[in-house]
Amino acid sequence: MSQDTDQTRLDYLDRPQFQSLLDVLQDAGFRCVGPQVSDHAIVFEEISYVGQLPTGMVDRQGPGRYTLKDTGTGRFFYWVSGPQALKPHLFLPREVLWQVDRDDDGKLHFSSACGQPQGVAFIGVRSCDLAALDLLDRHFLQGDYVDSAYQSRRQQIFIIAVNCARSAETCFCHSTGDGPQVRGGGYDLLLSELDEGFIITSGSSKGDEILVRLPLRASTNQQHEQVRQELVSAEQQQRSLPSTDLNEKLMSQLEHPRWDDLQERCLSCGNCTAVCPTCFCHSEIDHPGLNGMTSEHIREWDSCFTSGHSYIHGHVLRDDTRKRYRQWLTHKLATWHDQYQRSGCVGCGRCITWCPVGIDLTEEVAVICGGDAHG
Amino acid sequence: MDNVGMPHEAEVVEKIIESKSIFTLRLRFTDPQVQASYRFLPGQFNMLYLYGAGEVPISVVSDPLDEHIFDHAIRAVGRITNALSRLEQGDRLGVRGPYGRGWPLQEMEANDLVLITGGLGCAPLVSVINYVMRRRELFNRFVIMQGVKHSDDLIWRSRYQEWQQQPDTQVYLAADQAGPGWPWTTGPISALFKQAEFDVARSKAMLCGPEGMMFVAIDELTRRGMPESDIWLSMERNMQCAVGHCGHCQYGPHFVCKQGPVFSYPEVRQLHWVAGF
Ligand SMILES: Cc1cc2nc3c(=O)[nH]c(=O)nc-3n(C[C@H](O)[C@H](O)[C@H](O)COP(=O)(O)OP(=O)(O)OC[C@H]3O[C@@H](n4cnc5c(N)ncnc54)[C@H](O)[C@@H]3O)c2cc1C
Ligand code: SF4
Ligand code: SF4
Ligand code: FES
Repeated sequence: MSQDTDQTRLDYLDRPQFQSLLDVLQDAGFRCVGPQVSDHAIVFEEISYVGQLPTGMVDRQGPGRYTLKDTGTGRFFYWVSGPQALKPHLFLPREVLWQVDRDDDGKLHFSSACGQPQGVAFIGVRSCDLAALDLLDRHFLQGDYVDSAYQSRRQQIFIIAVNCARSAETCFCHSTGDGPQVRGGGYDLLLSELDEGFIITSGSSKGDEILVRLPLRASTNQQHEQVRQELVSAEQQQRSLPSTDLNEKLMSQLEHPRWDDLQERCLSCGNCTAVCPTCFCHSEIDHPGLNGMTSEHIREWDSCFTSGHSYIHGHVLRDDTRKRYRQWLTHKLATWHDQYQRSGCVGCGRCITWCPVGIDLTEEVAVICGGDAHG
Repeated sequence: MDNVGMPHEAEVVEKIIESKSIFTLRLRFTDPQVQASYRFLPGQFNMLYLYGAGEVPISVVSDPLDEHIFDHAIRAVGRITNALSRLEQGDRLGVRGPYGRGWPLQEMEANDLVLITGGLGCAPLVSVINYVMRRRELFNRFVIMQGVKHSDDLIWRSRYQEWQQQPDTQVYLAADQAGPGWPWTTGPISALFKQAEFDVARSKAMLCGPEGMMFVAIDELTRRGMPESDIWLSMERNMQCAVGHCGHCQYGPHFVCKQGPVFSYPEVRQLHWVAGF
């Protein structure tokens, strides 16, 4: 045993043993969901064996641009982010909330459609994803009303977070205080990936139970130092948002000419809101069955970029893209502070990457709040 | 536990046709326990669910002390409200609520009340009129001002005449365009302010209607010296969930369904003059 190991610290999992983590989780009753390559992007889907992980893949991201490249390394988590965080797994893009049956006398019987979902273990959750999850929790669970559909899934999850060893070109989580290192809690297990294996620690009693069943050995100080260095380099990000509260600044620039300029570029497609891990807008619709005796009440993701979003009888309040982009940006970065005591942006950069015309909110903010009115 | 967003079944106890497009549904929850525990304040609203069609937000207009029944005055304007207008006595629908914040009527006691409405009779304030008329002694002067586009749009004409007969009550109506036999003012709602008598230092104003009309009224009131914090208004936005989750009614720092629909003017002033929020 080399002298810089600490025998009391059993926190190292060799790469060839990673399958044991999946096995132990499945044995504990969890369905494992982790990163995989699908349609040239990293997405979170069900996995059962290590071979499904995106080994060696890194993502190159830029405004309106995303490509994956195989680097040939053995790392599973060298990529940074794909188009989705945990949002679509907890707040489903479409789900039945309740159902109503109508009997022959016209009487109505309402029943909840929320089941008891199976526990899901999410593998490879980033620091920004945890911050976004905390925001969804504040929204769906910590207000006056609890959303039972979200809650039933949320209660069953097990989170295996991972520290980011690199940042994408679009990341700015360091400026928002949400990454790239996982700080604070919100996870059950936390991985830091090295070429040969993982430093793994627990953040909860559920995490402890899984950890003791893994074939761990002691890590070295050198390995910890390596993790630290990679985190420091991941902190060197090209983009940033001002770390100050933008609430007052943005809300005093509602007539800035840049909003008109945005109107000419933005397609109002809503991609940014779909990929944003904190956007929660949804619509409720009813879907009557063909037999005429039942009807389902469904919720579907919606976007403040649609005309229906601000419809009230007879007119649309946000009838142009200028008003819609302004609505989105001012809510996300300004009035979220009033509603959730922090900004709605965790710096993941997804809205920059997945915007078909490459609109970059950090650049828009710099112009709108910076007094540089070249728009 | 109950799913928060799930309606309870209610029954149409009576349907009253108020005008060509406006009708009142008097409702009761079919489960007596649900009915017994149902409490609301004027200004709050319910989500009414019509089988297979969907839900709409509608204010409660009856008196909060009526324990056996609650009323909704509805204007048929679109898909769901038109379908609701075809309901008859005994028909079933879904109701969940009440939601939002109502008018702070208890804090307004011992003041003059100034009600200003525009459009076709404004449900959130009809409930206030009913409430005050039953408790007339709790309030001082009662001023009701209503503006309509055309005199034919005024519903409940006889009720306004009745209200006008009540002690210490002033009713002023203005129609932008008036047909023959219109006994009240012809012109914009601002024309009514000259006639109204109230003590700005001891008054509370309640506004409801199109936002353009509310701007004019707020302007008149503040010019007359009423503090902004004594002005209250009810707002409308698209509403899908009514519990602050769907984001449709988000208005600056608020969700209208939760922090509203009734706001004090300083709470919403920041955005009130900006189109698109
Ligand atoms: C807090 C509140 C209280 C209200 N109280 C009353 C009342 O007491 N009496 C009354 O007649 N009307 C009231 N309204 C307006 C009423 O909700 C709309 O007229 C109704 O939603 C129109 O639905 P529709 O399907 O008939 O019309 P459509 O034009 O076909 O509307 C389609 C959908 O758009 C949405 N929508 C349309 N207009 C509105 C609107 N003004 N507000 C919110 N969502 C809208 C609804 O989801 C509706 O189902 C109130 C609205 C709010 C927000
Ligand atoms: S606004 Fe953009 S960068 Fe911020 S959390 Fe949403 S998708 Fe990520
Ligand atoms: S900012 Fe980009 S992604 Fe968002 S709606 Fe506009 S064009 Fe679509
Ligand atoms: S109606 Fe859904 S947030 Fe207000």
